[in-house]
Amino acid sequence: MNWLWLLLKIGVVLGIIFTLGPLLIHAERRVSAFIQGRLGPNRLGPLGLFQPVADILKLIMKEVILPERVDRVLFALGPLLMFIPVAFGWAVIPFGNQIGDEKLQIANLDIGVLFLMSVLSVGVYGITLGGWASNNKYGLLGSLRASAQLISYELSMGLTILMVVMMAESVDPQVIVMKQAEHGWNVFGGGSLWLLPSGLLGFTMLFITALAENNRLPFDMAECEAELVGGYHTEYTSMGFGMFMFGEYVAMTLSAAMLTTLFLGGWHFPFLTNPASHTVLAGIISVLVFTTKVAIIDFTYIWIRWTLPRFRYDQIMSLGWKRMLPLALVNVGIVAVVGVLVQGNGG
Amino acid sequence: MQAAEETPHEPALPAHDPHGHALQSKPTLPLALRVRKMFHQAMIALYLPSIFRGMARTFGFMFRPKETLQYPEEEHRVTARYRGEHRLKKDEQGRPKCVACFMCQTSCPAECITIVARDATEWPDRDKVPLSFDIDLLKCIYCGMCEEACPCDAIELTTLFTQVATSREQKKYDMQTLLMSPSERPQVKSLAVHRRAK
Repeated sequence: MNWLWLLLKIGVVLGIIFTLGPLLIHAERRVSAFIQGRLGPNRLGPLGLFQPVADILKLIMKEVILPERVDRVLFALGPLLMFIPVAFGWAVIPFGNQIGDEKLQIANLDIGVLFLMSVLSVGVYGITLGGWASNNKYGLLGSLRASAQLISYELSMGLTILMVVMMAESVDPQVIVMKQAEHGWNVFGGGSLWLLPSGLLGFTMLFITALAENNRLPFDMAECEAELVGGYHTEYTSMGFGMFMFGEYVAMTLSAAMLTTLFLGGWHFPFLTNPASHTVLAGIISVLVFTTKVAIIDFTYIWIRWTLPRFRYDQIMSLGWKRMLPLALVNVGIVAVVGVLVQGNGG
Repeated sequence: MQAAEETPHEPALPAHDPHGHALQSKPTLPLALRVRKMFHQAMIALYLPSIFRGMARTFGFMFRPKETLQYPEEEHRVTARYRGEHRLKKDEQGRPKCVACFMCQTSCPAECITIVARDATEWPDRDKVPLSFDIDLLKCIYCGMCEEACPCDAIELTTLFTQVATSREQKKYDMQTLLMSPSERPQVKSLAVHRRAK
């Protein structure tokens, strides 16, 4: 019975990943087209929804071109390292309220948030290895930029997540979501009026750092089509490129899930879900609520991409170190002071 | 936007330096205003208000009518002066207007027109008529010089722009084809049938 549950949960999560991934690639093209007054790919299937299938088939059929003098092992490892850790990250995301005694989370880790953070930062190895192994200066430049950018933004991301951890007094995603379901979403201060500005600021900052972490525009320094011919994946062909691209969208989904879990109350929505009811129907509704939230955040990622131009590199660095980091520090300080003085925790 | 409102009062001082850091506001301002100004400048430094305005704009654009023309189903409407496939005109009695004067052949920069003339024995109103009038559409550059040169207004470039052929020979039009209206030409007709079947 236990194994059955586990398989079911893995199935649901893989289902979310493998449908949201191609769907997002399609959504990216359609939304960008709509913003630019075009229609986008609308021919294959209803609303053009089978287009990603055709794209993937095409990519698989393509010849794999291995450039001369590349490090074959690292070259092959790059796309895998981009994709696999991100898929791991989904293991600790609580994607629904518990059904019976079973928590809808693949691995019920009590250090889930830490695991999530470490897994998110492993993704940069894929980009760095891919760029380094391709024996190409553009690839190398792209991957170096990506790693510098990720390190800069990881700091403010960690501090912002720390703020959530302090509010929930736990690093267990289950507890964080439960607290939000009972008291109020963290984006609105977790039920405390004192923390409302901190919550809003923290959500915004985690959103921005998540964009930087995923190398999404306006922070897509790793790719930089205009200057770097595609950056780290310049030399990749066929499904190697496909994995990079797919990995990017899966990483987007994971960070959207992280944002949802930490700030937007996870699977909770007022009047729709009840933390105390553990029926199958309530569980399914909670999964749907969670997926909807993730989809909305993903849409916002795409929407931002087609609104903003890319930052200049020094602007990215100055935004990360001179503005985000101090703000995150102040934010954590406020949460700490409010926690001790107003709510009387740790006294 | 706040910065722009404030500049008329103190034109010498920019509201914020090029890096977006807030300069010290004048001590005469009341505290509430100063706090508000600082908040605005902080927001400008974080790029957020302009980003939100930009996002609102792109969101609005999503619901505007689309420019895309779904080509095989919707035809592109070209203006009447468009220079597409050629046509030879006929007069009121159904005869070709052409008098085989060779003006178009001479003016053609691509040398795609070949005319063979004969005496107009059956028609008293002209000396010559074309025995054959061939245009190689693959050589033609659609400049319209033939149309300009023609003294009898006998040749014109129609608005037909879909030109599909499976061999070079199909695009060498003889006088019979050129005298038809473009939509009746066998080459074009087969294309239209094919399109309707889809």
